[in-house]
Amino acid sequence: MRRTTFARAVALGAIAALALAGCGTSDTGTKTTAKSGGFVPPSLKALDKLGTPEGSVNVLAWPGYVEDGSNDKAYDWVTGFEKSSGCQVNIKTFGTSDEAVQLMRTGQYDTVSASGDATLRLIAAGDVEPVNTSLISNYPDIFDALKNKPWNSVNNVVYGIPHGRGANLLMYRTDKVSPAPDSWSVVFDGGSAYKGGVTAYDSPIYIADAALYLMSTKPDLAIKNPYALDARQLAASVDLLKAQKANVSEYWSDYLKEVQAFKAGSTVVGTTWQVIANLAQSEKAPVAVTLPKEGATGWSDTWMVSAKSKHKTCAYLFIDHLVSPKVNAQVAEYFGEAPANRKSCAETVAKDHCTIFHADDEAYFSKVYYWNTPIPQCLDGRTDVKCTDYAEWTKAWTAIRNS
Amino acid sequence: MRRRLTLAGLLAPPLLWLVVAYLGALGAIFATAVWSTDPFTNQVVRTFTTDNLRTLVSDPTYLRIIGRTLMIATSVTALCALIAIPFAFFMAKVAPPRVRGLLVALVLVPLWASYLVKAYAWRTMLGPGGVLDSVLGGTPGYGFTAVVITLTYLWLPYMILPVYAGLEKLPDSHLEASADLGAGNWTTFRRVVMPALLPSIAAGTIFTFSLSLGDYIAVQIVGGTLQVLGTAVLQNITLDLPFAAALGTASVVIMVVYLLAVRRTGALENL
Amino acid sequence: MRLTRRARAGLWAVSAAVVLFVYLPLLVIALNSFNSDRTFGWPPPSLTVKWWQLAAQADGPRNALRTSVEAGLGATALALVLGSLLAFALTRYSFFGRQAISLLVVLPIALPGIVTGVALQSVIQNVLSPVFGISAGLFTIIVGHATFCIVVVFNNVTARLRRFGSSLEAASADLGARPLTTFRLVTFPLLRSALLAGAILAFGLSFDEIVVTTFTAGPGSPTLPIWIFNNLFRPNQAPVVNVVAVVLVLVSILPVWAAQRLGDNAAAESRL
Repeated sequence: MRRTTFARAVALGAIAALALAGCGTSDTGTKTTAKSGGFVPPSLKALDKLGTPEGSVNVLAWPGYVEDGSNDKAYDWVTGFEKSSGCQVNIKTFGTSDEAVQLMRTGQYDTVSASGDATLRLIAAGDVEPVNTSLISNYPDIFDALKNKPWNSVNNVVYGIPHGRGANLLMYRTDKVSPAPDSWSVVFDGGSAYKGGVTAYDSPIYIADAALYLMSTKPDLAIKNPYALDARQLAASVDLLKAQKANVSEYWSDYLKEVQAFKAGSTVVGTTWQVIANLAQSEKAPVAVTLPKEGATGWSDTWMVSAKSKHKTCAYLFIDHLVSPKVNAQVAEYFGEAPANRKSCAETVAKDHCTIFHADDEAYFSKVYYWNTPIPQCLDGRTDVKCTDYAEWTKAWTAIRNS
Repeated sequence: MRRRLTLAGLLAPPLLWLVVAYLGALGAIFATAVWSTDPFTNQVVRTFTTDNLRTLVSDPTYLRIIGRTLMIATSVTALCALIAIPFAFFMAKVAPPRVRGLLVALVLVPLWASYLVKAYAWRTMLGPGGVLDSVLGGTPGYGFTAVVITLTYLWLPYMILPVYAGLEKLPDSHLEASADLGAGNWTTFRRVVMPALLPSIAAGTIFTFSLSLGDYIAVQIVGGTLQVLGTAVLQNITLDLPFAAALGTASVVIMVVYLLAVRRTGALENL
Repeated sequence: MRLTRRARAGLWAVSAAVVLFVYLPLLVIALNSFNSDRTFGWPPPSLTVKWWQLAAQADGPRNALRTSVEAGLGATALALVLGSLLAFALTRYSFFGRQAISLLVVLPIALPGIVTGVALQSVIQNVLSPVFGISAGLFTIIVGHATFCIVVVFNNVTARLRRFGSSLEAASADLGARPLTTFRLVTFPLLRSALLAGAILAFGLSFDEIVVTTFTAGPGSPTLPIWIFNNLFRPNQAPVVNVVAVVLVLVSILPVWAAQRLGDNAAAESRL
């Protein structure tokens, strides 16, 4: 009879376990036929009109996009917004698009600055809802070339507000790397010259950078779009990256860790964002950046609104604030990218900022391959082969990291 | 009947949390290991498949990760034991009582110093131009060695305390008797001290082994390009939860096997 | 075992080396809190008290500290209650499944933190949030920490209960005291120092925990370890983090000293 107490507990536990397993992870039953991005997103409705500000908003942002003065008192475009709107801004930064998708999935964040390799996944999973562009007063001033693009809209439904765009650059220590590099070969084939000092971005999307390099160096592979890789092309990129690993000191996803590594000299050459170079230079590290001749991958980011958000009005107000001329100019200068609002070009401190960053130069950006989500339906239009999808890229990346 | 009611009353609240919520959640997570993921939305698809578990035991990448993690855990455990035993012996048997109290305090204080900051201190010490480089003229750099050194440093108190407790329980008279019977120091140590210490050492190893098995943050800080089991779980958690669950299951299985093996030595009483 | 002079000297040397090994990184941290170079170049180009001034004014660490203390106290309280209940149940009664439960109690601390964290996160997302409306925040952090703090209290109380047996309580009952009185006048005083030792260790575990906390915390105010993790690599904040660390070490001397005063064998008995 002593067994009954414990037996009851075990029975209770078993029932509870089954119940929890039943609840488990939510399965919305989304049918993703993934036809060249032509999947069917869950039907969600955009906000009709703005209500009263909810008092706070939880923002997921790439580092450098939302500065509130805690990094550097001179850069703060949040405190003013908090005062005028009454929305307290809680900022969380992430290092890779995978982290962004992960964090958005928890439903705790109201808005996210998503790159093209995150947007479609968020849309397909129902984590974000369509955006009512009439509620964003600055939307008409945004460059048309950024609106209604395959990565921020589906079937003509707009899912986000463009933020800005730029290219991934090559950074190097001017005192340790010579001659000044002009090609990605310094981190790939020529990387052995800097063995133990190379860095690479710690995300599967970096495979596209290897593919981009192969576009110039191995034309027989016939890679047309670094995100449209069939099995053979992916294997070639993976081999290149496995060879690179021998020279890598650290893979980075935390941008400040990269600043420190370059400053300390444990890393001397590798891929970077302009903001990292700016910060390193302000730390008196002797670094310089360049856009190599093979071209580069890049990003065109979009502010999206969470479907589960409880602070939608504050989210819309904050997005509108970020794409307003003055603020978008501040972000663009701090981060080092082309702004989304055409009026920002007149607001930048450096008068030639927009020219340097090719804000209105579509010809330039046609050579920058924005981060995109690899899917089985080849993004370059081929129908005779199946391309590899992001899940395979993730597995490949783990294999590279542990080779 | 009263006793049974009291027992039920005593057990109910903790068991409710531990069994129902904690075990239940663990069970749900491990159940996920036999499901799969939609490759585009990364959401869990509830169709039974053993693919994840099969990948785990056949794919060299993951075998390498698991093997590497096990090596780190055993190295750290061995090093911790090697350092802790003489130190604890000194504390318990050789040091005068006042020094003993001071030493115990000295061992406990670093436990409060924040794991992250200690790991970061090692990062600066091991980096190029850091303390080791300027004092010793060279540094192992970030990688496997750095991880083992850092983890040994972090978990050392968890090994010292149980071993010290075990040594305190060992009566001095046993040691004297052994000497009287003609045993040399080393023989006494081998045949009197160690067997008595075995449960305590095993208890200490539970901590060092398990903490090293699951650690990924110190690895991120001083590990360079190293990836361990925890890193792999973290990378897959939202984007391929079933696979992350399979990885988690592997680590849990390793730990449970270790706990069951170590239970026989009486370690769980000496935690 | 009779130790020769040489053996004794050897042990003294080894122990001194171990103490040096343990405290060297802490000294480096302390030195770096005065390092004028923000990225802690070594050797320090010059010393400054700038970071200490900054830290004294900074809001971030103060709020994070408050959150950590609240979470620690909550988790310790929960762990004290649940751990003691379990200890009583397992030492004073024998029933089927006793061994299994003693293994179960160790699980949260023996399993890798990330597994515990993911499990708790799924409980929050799938049960607490939709059913009870509790979203990730201070409460979930407390619950998460209590889960692995239970074992610390459990071990300490069990060790103490085993040492004294139930004869004292039986004697008290024979003398006519009711169960509650017995608990108040006999059992609790016996347990007091074990509870305190367990509480201090539980608080310490909770205070420094990062992995499980990452999964159970919400976007609101972070605990101190999470704040440190977020700021470890920020050029402006990293030196402040060092200052915070030094303060933590200095302040921790207090509870360690208190634990020492609990009795001669408190440290030996205190179970992790």
